[in-house]
Amino acid sequence: MRVSKYIKKWFPLFALPTTAAFFLAFLIPFGMGIYLSFTSFRTVTDAKWVGLSNYVTAFTENSDFLHALWFSVRFTLVSVVTVNVIAFAFALLLTRAIRATNIFRAVFFLPNLIGGIVLAYVWQLIINGVLGKLFQQDLTYSPAYGFWGLVVVVNWQMIGYMMIIYIAGLQNVPGDVLEAADIDGAGFWARLFQVTIPMVAGSITICTFLTLTNSLKLFDQNLALTAGAPNHQTEGVSLNIYRTFYNIRNHMGVGQAKAVIFFVIVAAIAFVQLRATRSKEEEG
Amino acid sequence: MNKKIVALTAATAIALAGLAACSGGSGSGSDTGQVYFLNFKPEVADVWEAIAKDYTAETGVSVKVVTAASGTYEQTLTSEIAKSDAPTVFQINGPVGYANWKDYTADLTDSDLYKHLSDQTLAITGADGGVYGIPYVVEGYGIIYNDAIMKKYFALADQKSGLTDATEIQSFDQLKTVVEDMTAHKADLGIQGVFSNTSLKPGDDWRWQTHLMNVPLYYEFKDSNVDLSAGTPATIKFSYADGFKKLFDLYLDNSTVEKTQLGSKTVDEAMAEFALGQSAMVQNGNWGWSQVAGVAGNTVLAEDVHFLPLYIGVSGEKSQGLCIGTENYFSINKDASAADQQASLDFLYWVFSSDKGKDYVANQLGFIAPFDTFATGEGPSDPLATEVSSWMAKDGVTSVPWVFSVMPSQDWKNNFGGELLTYAQGSTDWATVVSDTVADWATQAKAAAEAAG
Repeated sequence: MRVSKYIKKWFPLFALPTTAAFFLAFLIPFGMGIYLSFTSFRTVTDAKWVGLSNYVTAFTENSDFLHALWFSVRFTLVSVVTVNVIAFAFALLLTRAIRATNIFRAVFFLPNLIGGIVLAYVWQLIINGVLGKLFQQDLTYSPAYGFWGLVVVVNWQMIGYMMIIYIAGLQNVPGDVLEAADIDGAGFWARLFQVTIPMVAGSITICTFLTLTNSLKLFDQNLALTAGAPNHQTEGVSLNIYRTFYNIRNHMGVGQAKAVIFFVIVAAIAFVQLRATRSKEEEG
Repeated sequence: MNKKIVALTAATAIALAGLAACSGGSGSGSDTGQVYFLNFKPEVADVWEAIAKDYTAETGVSVKVVTAASGTYEQTLTSEIAKSDAPTVFQINGPVGYANWKDYTADLTDSDLYKHLSDQTLAITGADGGVYGIPYVVEGYGIIYNDAIMKKYFALADQKSGLTDATEIQSFDQLKTVVEDMTAHKADLGIQGVFSNTSLKPGDDWRWQTHLMNVPLYYEFKDSNVDLSAGTPATIKFSYADGFKKLFDLYLDNSTVEKTQLGSKTVDEAMAEFALGQSAMVQNGNWGWSQVAGVAGNTVLAEDVHFLPLYIGVSGEKSQGLCIGTENYFSINKDASAADQQASLDFLYWVFSSDKGKDYVANQLGFIAPFDTFATGEGPSDPLATEVSSWMAKDGVTSVPWVFSVMPSQDWKNNFGGELLTYAQGSTDWATVVSDTVADWATQAKAAAEAAG
């Protein structure tokens, strides 16, 4: 009793640094961002209220923003599936009794430690080298090259991380359950789909959430790999927002409006996804 | 519970106080004033720091130099100028930059620097007739050629150009004949292509979407008497698009690199090809000399590099000179205190008039400074800068001014560059490039014309 009383008394003091940081680094900028999306501004302290016109301009000026949204959605659909399937397959492989699993785990995890810009530049060199030798072309030659190039880069980067989460999940699947399934005569696939996967549903929720939001918000890999070439056809939403904000004159407010729209979309999709996968999780 | 609320309120109050501290207060305490110079050119950041140090040592006035990372000047200026300790000297890129920053620029009509500007029409003037930007460097660009290779070509027994020296090239048709014949003799000349690669990687396409585009725009604006001091014209017709296409095609078809692979080529690579003698010509400006000289294994001699103008087949182009102008103007922050403004003007005048300052400008910054404080022979000594000066002085030749500073936005340039890339790759036809570019100009010029907050 006495302890909880002290906690109650001193809680505000101990929470103060975090609360202050949360306000300074998140809530205030976020609020300012929303406010600025309704204004025309050059510097953030010097804004003029313009109502909804930024939101109208974002969609009506040209089709670039919608195209970028569609690009991000397509990209996210593909990469969520590929990253998770491949990462899960590696995790299955590396939780078996084979030699040197730790070395393999480390090797697959390493790309995640390299920054997105560096990774994308390295892959740009590789892909351009291959395309140049084979077809006398490069990444900018066709939007399809840029799209699949980006899928490769993001897979390369995220698979290792997701694999570690899946490995942790797989190691928590109790051996006796699997043994019981064996005795009941379940084959590899039946055991995988009816025992293992339901048991790691928690990991699946986390991994889908991470790949989904990261793929939607993708920026540095996009910038370094193609920068949208050719003609903004491989431009994701984040890159489009950045370009609107900095490269088009008097469009900082429009860029801000696009960012707010994008936030709403990402939050909605992530919320729906969490609800959907959570419902499939086994209650521990 | 009450205490919790009190503490939370306290936390918020502290947070807000922190914010307030960021935005409150202005000006400096000292009477002499101080200078905050926001530098535009990262490649000469060290030189400006050295100048600042020398100036402080000589006069005791403190000079703070901050350099924006390459390509981020507008962003840096946007965030710096909102601070209480804002830059006192900043740079604008021309009439468009002035339109963006006119709320912050002070009138410089009475400044010493303006009085010594050798051609006062170069300065940026506002609608009220005041002077708001002073150019501090002029630069020129054209086609840089390696005369060693050109001499080898003109000495060939079976060359079909009918000319004997590169200086005789005075029109697009002559250039085309020479270039195409040189391509036919590639093996004899030991080159991989007449022109260095047509770098069209996003971010490396400015030699075409800005610099080359300057020439057709110049002729178009001249024909229709457009007043450029009013900022970006609402529309363009791109009436000299054929001329642009002719020269651009010549670059593409006589290059070191296949047309389909240009989307990953950079300016650095183009300059390296030129430096290594793999190509005979490259379109670039006088700033390119340090790049050429800095390439390991460079085979180009200083006395062999010369300029040709960008001929696009306009009638009477014999009198066309290099594209000469500037994108670099000094402006003084009018929100700075009077003492700081005066200190800034004094600093700038010292740099461009004292012997020490002039030495830095000519020899370390390598600027061709447009001030009458510089006597003949006091300019920079690198071969391309000397070439620019001699082209400017040539009789019967008119330099093409830099009209590209009125282009509506960076985004317009990048979009045009993207169109040029897909044109080179063969997926967009030329008519589409022209119509898209003209339409995009109208859209972006309209956005630019809307008043900023």
